Amino acid sequence: MSSPQSVDKARLPAEPSLPAEPGFEEERELRSENMILNVGPSHPAMHGTIKMVLELSGETIVRSDVHVGYLHRGFEKECEAGSYFKCFPYVDRLNYLSPMINNVAYAGVVEKALGVEVTERCQWIRVLISEISRLSDHLTCIGASAMELGAMSAFLYFIKAREYVWELHEALSGARLTVSYCRIGGLSRDLPEGFEAQCRAALVKVREVLVEGQKLLAKNRIYFDRMRGVGVMQADEAISYGFTGPMLRASGINYDVRKANPYLVYDQIDFDVPLGEHGDNYDRFYVRMLEMEQSVRIIEQCLDRMPEGPVNLYDPRFMLPPKDEVYNTIEGLVNHFKLVMHGIQIPKGEVYFAVEGGNGELGFYLVSDGTGKPYKLRCRPPSFIMMGGMSRMLEGHTMADVVPTFGMINMIGGECDR
Amino acid sequence: MADTLERLRARFGDDILFTHSFAGDDTALVKRDALLAVAGFLKSELGFEMLMDETVVDHLYMTPGDDVFPGEGRFEFVAHLYSLSRNLRVRIKARAPENDARFSSLYGLWKAANFMEREIYDMYGVVLEGHPDMRRILLYDEFEGHPLRKDYPYTREQPLIAMRPREEEEQ
Repeated sequence: MSSPQSVDKARLPAEPSLPAEPGFEEERELRSENMILNVGPSHPAMHGTIKMVLELSGETIVRSDVHVGYLHRGFEKECEAGSYFKCFPYVDRLNYLSPMINNVAYAGVVEKALGVEVTERCQWIRVLISEISRLSDHLTCIGASAMELGAMSAFLYFIKAREYVWELHEALSGARLTVSYCRIGGLSRDLPEGFEAQCRAALVKVREVLVEGQKLLAKNRIYFDRMRGVGVMQADEAISYGFTGPMLRASGINYDVRKANPYLVYDQIDFDVPLGEHGDNYDRFYVRMLEMEQSVRIIEQCLDRMPEGPVNLYDPRFMLPPKDEVYNTIEGLVNHFKLVMHGIQIPKGEVYFAVEGGNGELGFYLVSDGTGKPYKLRCRPPSFIMMGGMSRMLEGHTMADVVPTFGMINMIGGECDR
Repeated sequence: MADTLERLRARFGDDILFTHSFAGDDTALVKRDALLAVAGFLKSELGFEMLMDETVVDHLYMTPGDDVFPGEGRFEFVAHLYSLSRNLRVRIKARAPENDARFSSLYGLWKAANFMEREIYDMYGVVLEGHPDMRRILLYDEFEGHPLRKDYPYTREQPLIAMRPREEEEQ
């Protein structure tokens, strides 16, 4: 039986014979050289403004150079200039998809330096808001990367779910992105009236979207083919490159700060850490999908088990006194004045505190010289460090693989460039 | 755990200048020349597989040589290591004077050092010896000074720069 191709070939006119000139065979070897291609900083796939200089051989990436820093705003310098209170708005703007986690991490490092522990209700609320933010982070990551691969409708589903999550942010703090919800020693306010019902209703809707999103993407031929086997990072290399979070877990390494060094009340909560096997983009996507289910589980446990009680530590060293005291007592007035004018006096020393951020280990390293300002506040930005492994992940892949790989790192400009 | 620090002291003796475990963070200040050896020992012998963070602190305005931050020299290199297998953390530090602001690069041990050390160079002007690609990373090449040095004024403005020729863009 002849194949259709051979039939077609038979109909074609015979190929013209090559002229038999001497040296012609050598000339037929096409001279080729690698092409340098600049992608970004203003390019639809380079969201968050980065630039990649790719050296291409045909369509294969031989070498790449990643340029970050277009969104550098001098985060550390700004923090050194103000008091400890004033850092909260800056940390909101690090990873702006999960601002609550940044708030929790920053409040945590200052509390560690002060040697205080927040109230139990506050700890549960902080876990709750961290997981709400993780949902928003993962939803955006998967939605946006699906859109870049052409799945526009999946993007809309995920962004719809993110909207429910951001409505929770809004109910908590009045803002959707720039929340500044935590305070040193507590929170800016307790959960609002009716938050539990609103949160449970939102979770039901988010769960629906997760099921729908899973159906749209997980077995989608195009999505699967473009994600599977692309951007592979073996476990030992991922460790060497300092990968953390879903990227590391997709390579099969069981490291989650929430389990390894439990902070707040994570040790009392029942949740699983999903692990990948292949360390490719598809596993990263799947780990994130499963993590969102775990986040929903954690939020439900928080709502069920959250104790009543105060959310703030009323300690004159770092907590502003209630307005009633400020206006009616001299002690309250002086306390307020001292805190606002001189700041929190943190003993001289250095601490490092890490939480599990949306993209990996988000750590703060605080050096205090005993005055009211941070002497140095270093943020360990997970996505910046993972961008360092970008060149390695792209080696040998094609131009089109840049998009899903970059999407799965989930680089957030605010955090990467600070 | 104090175990890590004890083993470091036993192995390196006088090269470990000072240790503390303030707030549960094990910290060792080591001699600058021994930095790479200590880091290598921690990685291969004590199982600290991950370089979590690397940065520099400018001690210009800090009271020098007290019992919290002992040691001489303006710049303090700080690296945070993490052991996946033993679930431990350790912080190693080294000091360098202003007129000789250089440390050994940890790039040979951990690839993660690449971007972090470029950031150190960018922000502090501290050179990491042995780093293969010591360029600015967050700021542009024409930026004057190193902004996280304490003597870089917070309000300083940078001059405008000329348009770059096209060839240089595509290096």
